[in-house]
Amino acid sequence: MKSADLTRFCAGSLAGYPLRTGLMFLAMAIGVASVVILTALGEGARIYVSQQFSSLGTHLLIVIPGRSETTGGPPPLLGETPRDLTIDDAMALLRSSAVRKVAPIMIGGALVSYENRSREVFIMGSTPDLYDVRDLKIAQGRFLPKGDVDRAEAVCVLGQKLKTELFGNTSPLGRFVRIGQRRFRVIGVLTKKGQSLGMDISDVAIIPVASSSALFNQSSLFRILIQAANTDAVARAKRSVLETIRNRHDGEDDITIITQDALLSTFDRILKVLTYAVAAIAAISLTVAGILIMNIMLIAVSQRTAEIGLLKAIGAPGSQIMRIFISESAMLSLVGAAAGLIVSALGVMVIGRLFPFFPVRAPFWAPVAAVAVAVGAGLLFGWLPAKRAADFDPVLALSSR
Amino acid sequence: MIRLEGIERIFEVGDETVYALSNVDLTVEQGEYVSIMGPSGSGKSTLLNILGLLDRPDKGVYHFEDIDTIHLSDKQQAHVRRHKIGFIFQFFHLVARLTAEQNVELPMILAGIDARERKQRVHEALGRMGLNERMKHRPDQLSGGQRQRVAIARSTIMNPAIILADEPTGNLDRASGMDVIRTIEDLNKQGMTVVMVTHDPELGGRTGRQVRMEDGRIIRDTSDERALA
Repeated sequence: MKSADLTRFCAGSLAGYPLRTGLMFLAMAIGVASVVILTALGEGARIYVSQQFSSLGTHLLIVIPGRSETTGGPPPLLGETPRDLTIDDAMALLRSSAVRKVAPIMIGGALVSYENRSREVFIMGSTPDLYDVRDLKIAQGRFLPKGDVDRAEAVCVLGQKLKTELFGNTSPLGRFVRIGQRRFRVIGVLTKKGQSLGMDISDVAIIPVASSSALFNQSSLFRILIQAANTDAVARAKRSVLETIRNRHDGEDDITIITQDALLSTFDRILKVLTYAVAAIAAISLTVAGILIMNIMLIAVSQRTAEIGLLKAIGAPGSQIMRIFISESAMLSLVGAAAGLIVSALGVMVIGRLFPFFPVRAPFWAPVAAVAVAVGAGLLFGWLPAKRAADFDPVLALSSR
Repeated sequence: MIRLEGIERIFEVGDETVYALSNVDLTVEQGEYVSIMGPSGSGKSTLLNILGLLDRPDKGVYHFEDIDTIHLSDKQQAHVRRHKIGFIFQFFHLVARLTAEQNVELPMILAGIDARERKQRVHEALGRMGLNERMKHRPDQLSGGQRQRVAIARSTIMNPAIILADEPTGNLDRASGMDVIRTIEDLNKQGMTVVMVTHDPELGGRTGRQVRMEDGRIIRDTSDERALA
């Protein structure tokens, strides 16, 4: 039997029973579509999270005072509280060629008020470099002015939400707000950027770090954000930061450095595993579709008993009959899988339209794997009915009508 | 051409052992026209199934054109059926979803014959059956007689050595039955060996040789009588 004839014969018998064929086709299509769409959602979540991390700024290192480690032995006689990170520490880091920008951050809470409105928010003391390091965007006015880090200029930049709460729709530029006991001139407003690393930066006021030092009467930094010269320099920057701080802190490694890479790759791993898990769950639906195919194929075989008997009588050996029936389930799975791919492409498109900020995208392996599992299930579960058909006793088969 | 010796076929029905065929010897020569008659349950259909390699005897020897068929594999037996044997059934056994043309084509498709040659042979065969106008019709659009003639065209399309017919007129009215019989007899006149199972004595009477069976045995064979006479 030639392949073209086999294909035509199988297509003919599939078309001969439209309801049965339609049901199997539907099961396969839904199975494949669900695998692809679910993995697309998982992959979308992964991309979404890494985009969120990238919005922190590129090649970012975060330096936190103190060190998480386990120490043993009896408690030391003298206290071992970590040394504070100071503005001078931060500025010393700039000497390394691996470090491009440094943004010290000092955090405190204070009441910000304008006329009769006031709002308790985080006040972030920093330098103009913060703008690039955290990849901020200005909606109105400008960011902190460049100049001496130690100069406590009385200017501030407001987050979008804070601005709206205090000023409504009027422009705040040039107005004075009161932060704590001091007056600051508003020179800029940030765009709405949303949440990042657990802090809503649309609800803060940013002031020069020297001003915040005076305002909160402290010298210790909350953390230091560092932008490495480039991606390759991140490791070198990390080493040089450790070394510089150790030199300045009497040989103590009392800081923790978080690289964005480390964070990202952790989340990346978690979400990849989640995507695989979701894909595996969806693959179960494909297996269910396979079992449905087996069921319906078994019914088909018993309904077509007389035809099988006839095929045997006119010279088809068992192996040929098996080939016919396996080809039928394989063809059905293939066509069903193709339809599933089309449905999933449409589904992904619709989800993309509905949630434009969420990057739904099926990874390249998902459709390949889905189709492979679909055809595999078709072959595997088509085998039993085909075997049964091949083993029919032709005399009995012919006597059934 | 066909030589059966000591054929035995046993079925287990419940606890009982039924001898469908016991100690059957039969020889059929090329070009013969043989009818096998007998009451139902006499084993005539079983004998036909064994002749057609659809069933295997439990005991005995079956030589088909000097091939020992008992020891052929399933695939080899299928090969003999495909090229040497044509079947005509009481219930036609046409595939309902295929047209007359496609039904006749089926054995050639299984044999892997070229599409162009298939088409030509199908047209010739259906033409001989007078079914040129009906080629594109499906079985349910054909009369009983027409269906059986499509089945005959199918059974002869591979130019078999022998035609095995099981009650070929059993499902037809008299007129179309006679039509079908004449078609089969024409084939026989062209040199095709025909073995036909029937319980209709009138049909049996038309054949050149009659074999009568009862209880799984051949009780009368006109060719033996001739040989004796």
